Amino acid sequence: MSALSKKDEESGLSTYYNNKTTVIQEARVFNDSPISPRRCRALLTRIVFLLYVGETFGTQEATTLFFGTTKLFQHKDSALRQMVYLAIKELASTAEDVIMVTSSIMKDMQPNSEVIYRPNAIRALCRIIDPSMAQGVERFFKAAIVDKNPSTSSAALVSAYHLFPNAKDVVKRWVNEAQEAVSGKPSGSFFGGNSGGGYLGWGGSSSQPTNGYSPVPSTSNITQYHALGLLYLIRQQDRMAVTKMIQQLGGGKSGAGTTLKNPMALCMLIRYAAKIMEEDPNMQRQMFDLLEGWLRHKSDMVNLEAARAICEMKGVTSQQLTRSIAVLQLFLSSPKSTLKFAATRTLATLAVNHPQSVAACNMDLENLISDQNRSVATYAITTLLKTGNEASVDRLMKQITGFMSEISDEFKVIIVDAIRSLCLKFPTKHASMLAFLSGVLRDEGGYDFKRAVVEAIFDMIKFIGDCKEQALSHLCEFIEDCEFTKLSVRILHLLGAEGPKAPQPTKYIRYIYNRVVLENATVRAAAVASLAKFGLNGLDEKLASSVRVLLTRCLDDVDDEVRDRAALYLKVYEDPPLVNTYVKEESIFSLAALESKLVSYISDPDSLDKPFDASSIPKISKEQAAKESARPSSLETIGVPSTSKAATPPPQTAAETQSAYAQQLVDVPEFADYGPVLNSSSKPSQLTEAETEYQVSCVKHIFKEHIVFQFNVANTIPDTVLEQVSVVMQPQTDSGLTEDFIIPLPALSQATSPGIVYVSFTRDSPEDYTLASFQCVLKFVSKEVDPSTGDPEEEGYEDEYQLEETELAAGDYIVPSYATFSSEWDRMRDGATATETFALSAMESMKAACDSIIEILNMQPLGGTEEPQNPTVHTLQLSGLIPGGGGKVLVRCRMTYSKAQGVTLELAVRSEQQEACGLVITAIGG
Amino acid sequence: MGLSFSSLFSSLASLIRWSKDQDVRILMLGLDSAGKTTILYRLQIGEVVSTIPTIGFNVETVQYKNIKFQVWDLGGQSSIRPYWRCYFPNTAAIIYVIDSADIARLKTSRSELLTMLSEDELAGVPLLVFCNKQDVEGALKPEQISEELGLAGGEKERQWSVRGSSAIKGEGLEEGLDWLVNAIQKK
Repeated sequence: MSALSKKDEESGLSTYYNNKTTVIQEARVFNDSPISPRRCRALLTRIVFLLYVGETFGTQEATTLFFGTTKLFQHKDSALRQMVYLAIKELASTAEDVIMVTSSIMKDMQPNSEVIYRPNAIRALCRIIDPSMAQGVERFFKAAIVDKNPSTSSAALVSAYHLFPNAKDVVKRWVNEAQEAVSGKPSGSFFGGNSGGGYLGWGGSSSQPTNGYSPVPSTSNITQYHALGLLYLIRQQDRMAVTKMIQQLGGGKSGAGTTLKNPMALCMLIRYAAKIMEEDPNMQRQMFDLLEGWLRHKSDMVNLEAARAICEMKGVTSQQLTRSIAVLQLFLSSPKSTLKFAATRTLATLAVNHPQSVAACNMDLENLISDQNRSVATYAITTLLKTGNEASVDRLMKQITGFMSEISDEFKVIIVDAIRSLCLKFPTKHASMLAFLSGVLRDEGGYDFKRAVVEAIFDMIKFIGDCKEQALSHLCEFIEDCEFTKLSVRILHLLGAEGPKAPQPTKYIRYIYNRVVLENATVRAAAVASLAKFGLNGLDEKLASSVRVLLTRCLDDVDDEVRDRAALYLKVYEDPPLVNTYVKEESIFSLAALESKLVSYISDPDSLDKPFDASSIPKISKEQAAKESARPSSLETIGVPSTSKAATPPPQTAAETQSAYAQQLVDVPEFADYGPVLNSSSKPSQLTEAETEYQVSCVKHIFKEHIVFQFNVANTIPDTVLEQVSVVMQPQTDSGLTEDFIIPLPALSQATSPGIVYVSFTRDSPEDYTLASFQCVLKFVSKEVDPSTGDPEEEGYEDEYQLEETELAAGDYIVPSYATFSSEWDRMRDGATATETFALSAMESMKAACDSIIEILNMQPLGGTEEPQNPTVHTLQLSGLIPGGGGKVLVRCRMTYSKAQGVTLELAVRSEQQEACGLVITAIGG
Repeated sequence: MGLSFSSLFSSLASLIRWSKDQDVRILMLGLDSAGKTTILYRLQIGEVVSTIPTIGFNVETVQYKNIKFQVWDLGGQSSIRPYWRCYFPNTAAIIYVIDSADIARLKTSRSELLTMLSEDELAGVPLLVFCNKQDVEGALKPEQISEELGLAGGEKERQWSVRGSSAIKGEGLEEGLDWLVNAIQKK
């Protein structure tokens, strides 16, 4: 037997850690008597190893192993016991009945047990117990958190962190102990050896723990890091408390007085501070001072974290940046690669918005281009591309080409993105950049890389007219041998849009038709659509007839979609006016709105008798559609390495929020016979300050004959429940609205917030667009919650809370919708019109006037007229749609501005119905 | 004569082997709140400690007259009883603890005991029954409990003894252990 185990040890890792079956068989060693600690430890190590490398044990297997390990508690060997705990921790999630070791663990974590495995016991305990037992171990934990041995304290803090999600109320009570641990003071003697004697309480015997082990004092102060994590977890919902904690631990303005000695703890603190600044701009000043202080801290890690937080601050000024850039610059010449990497990465991000400030580091960055570490070099060069001047571009491009093949796809994307923003910055350099891009397009690479290149070329085509032809031919070449269907389709679409306008449209035909012959169905369909655009642009008769021949051939394709598209376009050939609808249309339906309308059309059986009415769906221009599809091509996001911010999904568009609301309203039976929602406000208006104990926002839903106010109420006070929550609305004037009912919330606690209160009104005359404003009061019965049971107390008191006024304004009836202004304006000459002149003396600039008109009317500005070019004279063009049969509305605002009189506005409205004109005029006049 | 001499010798030898190499493994079982944990620590450190219901088990080494007993005190709550069997192998002796004052559950205690004794792994293992809490007023005498358990008829293959004890006062425990040592040696 001993020979066998010796052989095991000698034959190396691969057979030593053989496999699950052998390990389970050998687990008999746990039942041996007497126990051999060495062999058991070796086997436990192998079990843990297998679990760490991803081997899974079945429930039965894990349970058997677990019960085996429990037998090892008979042995006092410390190393064995530690290993037992590690194994139990890993097995606890799969094995059953792990509760069996509770008593044994609790004995090991006695405050007076001076054993080396006490921390291991604590860490194992939190995997074993269920939340209901948390209360029972509270006393042990409180004592362990403030234990003078840092590993015990850390173990207790980390375990508390893990227990928190399931036993919030209990863990919250340990905040004082965590506070003591974070401040790093020597823990007082109150919790020392034997407070109350533990449950086995052999009192005096432990007062001289000299025979136990004596821990080597740790200098890392890692306990502070763990304690800070727990404190934050407990307080994260309460921004005031977090702010206070940061200020307390931050150690005053210079950061010198901080009690935190652990650099990781400080880094966490910096992240919390950054989060506070992000959420509450008012705190920026105070937090910034703290961050500046940490730039001088003696730890690199802390300097870096602080510099990064400052660089990522919203609206940071170049003056605020100076100090942190200086710190980062120092790191650039550090011998440590990690520091160089972190510094260049931060600078690369910063250079997107503050190239001037980063330019100070250019000299150091130049040196890093030849750095051994390619990741550092990549970031250095992308930063230089953003900060450099026109003269240096060619040289940098050359250097990049040199090491493009040595870096991974991920970094290639970063480089390509940097080049993309560079082309837009220095359009005259487009030739060399296009050459570079087309070069890398031929290289090997994955989809993300190729897509980045293609998008960069798209942007060049869009913004730099001179290179269009060249770029298109590069793309044509690319699709000849492109393995990514998605990219081929997009390029074909672009060729269809741009090709016909090129000086020689014919040369693209061959490339496109090749696709029809050689590619899969998706690409063929795209190629057909693209071809048709060449034929139908009406420029060249000969070209048109050739394309027609090609399209006719496509009618024989094996794929439905390809044939359908060909047939559609051939039909357009026969009926030329259709060209405007199918080939040249500049606007498309808002897809989310279209979807929700179609869903409600299908779900309502009555409406199926009539054809679907598409006229009430707002339209958006193709430009907007491109923006909404969240392609990261807009200038703001170019070149930002994928940080947390870039990863967040694009904000919901107005139409998407609408369909979400519609879904919510369908679930309320009271509104069942109201019919479909005509319009909902695009974003909730806040009726309370951000920091108050009750937070209320309001969304308005317009129905044909009703108006429903949706109040989102949040209760931020822990340990209270609000019952019978309602909002009482008092119209200020004779509003033309009659209140129907309030749907109150039966109960609202911090956990269930936000809840919704609905107030419904009937529109007395549904054809009028009633404008009104309301006094709103939140009414509720407030009850304290007993923290031990979690039940609200019997007695509560009635209370009310004044909210800000709610208005029903013109913007609630109108939705923005795209239109081609000049032609529509002419077409609607004979419809309802109204013109009125207003003096907006309070307006301080043309831009302010535009913004507020757009906000009040909630209409779509057209043709870039929301950005006045001339400070004194401007015309703003707006387009909107009134859902529910109100029809289209167009508004032309001619404005003049002078310092003395403010803005003078001539408002002209054309609409399909007279009431709509009245609505717009009263909205601005009122 | 020679036979008995050699058997005495072998039992002595086995005892020596035990005391040198290996602890004598003893299971202590019984319904919840019978006093198992209190007995365990009374034997180990000679003091009465305050206890909470054992979730799982306690295992301690008890030194008695140069012999090391490794005593496994398994929790007696009904949820834990099914796991007793996990600890049956290699058992040298069983101590079964009964709360003599808990007359209502005496039947339950008896059936748990009999179920356990019918396990193959425990066949022939000496059994010591402590009728604990003799200091409590109204506690049944060991003879009465012995009668109730009815071991006299059924357990022919095994050495057993039913004794009174009081963990609080420390009475009857040592006598019980003396008997146990004897019984193990004989086996």
